[in-house]
Amino acid sequence: MDFTLSPEALEFRESVRAVLREHFTPEVSERQHSSGTFNSPEINRALAAAGVLERAVPGLGKGDPIELWMLFNEMEKVSAPVDGISMALMIGGVVAHVGSQEQQDTVLAEILTGEVLVSLGYSEPETGSDVAAASTRAVRDGDEWVINGAKMWTTMGHVANWILLLTRTNPDVPKHKGLTMFLIPMDLPGITVEPVHTMGTERTNATFYDDVRVPDRYRIGEVDGGWKVMAVALAFERGVMGGTSMGVPLLHHFHRWAAEVRDDAGRRLLDDPLVREQMVRVAIDNEIASLMTQRCAYIAATGGLPGLEGSMVKVFSTDAYQKASKWFSRSAGPAGLLQFGESGAAGDGWVEYDARHSPVTTIYGGTGEINRNNIAERHLGLPKAR
Amino acid sequence: MRLELTDDERTIDEVFGGFFRNECPPSVVRTAEPLGFDPGLWARLAATGAPAMGLPEASGGGGASLTDLAIVAEQVGRAIAPVPFVEHAVATRLLDRFGAVTDALRDGDAIATLAVRPAAAGATWSLVPAGAVAGTVVGLVGDDLVVVTSPAPGAAPRNHAAMPLADRSPAGGTVLASGADALAAFAVARAEWQTLTAAALVGITRSALTLALTYVQERHQFDRPIGSFQAIQQQLADIPIALEGATLVAAKAAWASDAGAPSVVDVADCDITDFVTLAAMAFLYTSDVAAMATDRALHAHGGYGFSEEYDIQLYYRRARGWALVAGDPSLECRSLADTMFGPVGSEA
Repeated sequence: MDFTLSPEALEFRESVRAVLREHFTPEVSERQHSSGTFNSPEINRALAAAGVLERAVPGLGKGDPIELWMLFNEMEKVSAPVDGISMALMIGGVVAHVGSQEQQDTVLAEILTGEVLVSLGYSEPETGSDVAAASTRAVRDGDEWVINGAKMWTTMGHVANWILLLTRTNPDVPKHKGLTMFLIPMDLPGITVEPVHTMGTERTNATFYDDVRVPDRYRIGEVDGGWKVMAVALAFERGVMGGTSMGVPLLHHFHRWAAEVRDDAGRRLLDDPLVREQMVRVAIDNEIASLMTQRCAYIAATGGLPGLEGSMVKVFSTDAYQKASKWFSRSAGPAGLLQFGESGAAGDGWVEYDARHSPVTTIYGGTGEINRNNIAERHLGLPKAR
Repeated sequence: MRLELTDDERTIDEVFGGFFRNECPPSVVRTAEPLGFDPGLWARLAATGAPAMGLPEASGGGGASLTDLAIVAEQVGRAIAPVPFVEHAVATRLLDRFGAVTDALRDGDAIATLAVRPAAAGATWSLVPAGAVAGTVVGLVGDDLVVVTSPAPGAAPRNHAAMPLADRSPAGGTVLASGADALAAFAVARAEWQTLTAAALVGITRSALTLALTYVQERHQFDRPIGSFQAIQQQLADIPIALEGATLVAAKAAWASDAGAPSVVDVADCDITDFVTLAAMAFLYTSDVAAMATDRALHAHGGYGFSEEYDIQLYYRRARGWALVAGDPSLECRSLADTMFGPVGSEA
């Protein structure tokens, strides 16, 4: 294997870093945590202007394959707001793979300007891991569809321009075969958005669909072929489009703090042998997560769908993040309980934040259990157990 | 960037995979216990040119990269082959830097090994891997890099992994280098040993997974294969996840050596290309992975996994032995911490 970064990729990384240096200000970071909206229009716009976004959509064939990994990795390493743009670019990849020419000319082109966000409408109040049991109905009416139902966890739904909506079009066939996917504007009449606030600061939403009339051109993929679109979306979501580098800023914040804080005998926390071993273990896990993510990006960018590899790095990196958060939280003691802005907070409050944020990471985007089921069935060839 | 094997590397993998499948079924491993060395298998491996493949062509070797050697080492691990391929390759590459490789070592008629744990001046190297079967031992004694050739004991203390371990004395040896040169040369050799052992541990993990999958699909309880139970599936699904990371980090360590990658260790940026650092990281991670995988695979066998009759116990014991012979992993972590975060007591 060859892990050399090409000059082109290094140049790409520098463009991303330059944007973040200029636009990821303390104010942007503060607004992310006070609003719960993990998105920065300024950063997104600047990334588009720097020509970065079109190179980070899987399937467009621009730039070095590894750039797909680099954009989100660079943003996550400095704890910049990444969720809005990563979801948008992921859907950009879905449109590039299975969207109509019109969708490519409109939605994809808009996404690449950095001005447009997309939300994911898969989960429902009664369907989470069993996502193919979605019951939001789409009924054909001439050249239109009429959609009724509700979606949960539609993060960015309150600021998104589009939503990728999984609907039931045929209730009379096995559940995976009666689904159809739509990519619809969020401002259609009949869509309402209610906030759902979370322990981890980030705001998500419940969205409701009441007789929403949708032209057929907003359908993405075949009628009753929604599960195939879902497979593409999930393959890009897990692993490729961020969410695997959380341990890097956590280690960095903890390291800086542990080098300063001293016990009663005047010894630095950083000099404690157990703390040092845990920090090394976290650094190793960070490297492993990085390599596994690079491999997903490599597969996605060379024409493959890293579905299994994505499940693997999703499980690995979220478990590792929780382990790191738990270790550092314990080592920090009461200082690890203090939140952003409080004097003496471990890692400037990041240790406390990560203890609140990390639990959700093994739930969203497919729970650890569902991903392990997929690996057992599709990779190990074991019998279906559900 | 290319995160897959080249065609040439695939060929090496297939050739040696075939060799060990044919020449080293589990019966060979069992017959070689307790010493953990099969002279016939070593002779047949030597006939392929393997003992010298990692030496430069100018020294009469095969000019193979560390990546190539790691591919062979992974196959050694898959078969848990009772041959000192890793130790011999690493020791002869070190000796070659001082022009100290003999024809017998090149042909595999004689065996060399690396004392992976240094000895204090005047002390002996304890429990040297392959020390029971290698005539030539090279390693650190204090600040000296010493090579000694003496009759191999041919017997090992009975041990967990049936490894050909032995205490060896550096007395009467030749000093190849001293001071900083000696430490630097040894550090590279030890990192090569860690990289190749990491690859071998990846091989152990792959075989443990295969054994577990075979068993859980054959074994029926409650009228169903036990592999259809989620409790079993969730436990086994962690193995391919860990294997993916283990494979990549071992490959990256080998690449860093082959490519002469810059000695960057920037943990805050998760940018690490320093060979010695990556080798230690790969060794620590693959050690944990092989221990976890063999533990879960053995457990999935139920009581049979604990019986000598089943092969998983052979892998379980070697997964621990091949890693722990280098010493306490916590000490390795602390040494890495010095590189990553500065020494204890230093100010950042």
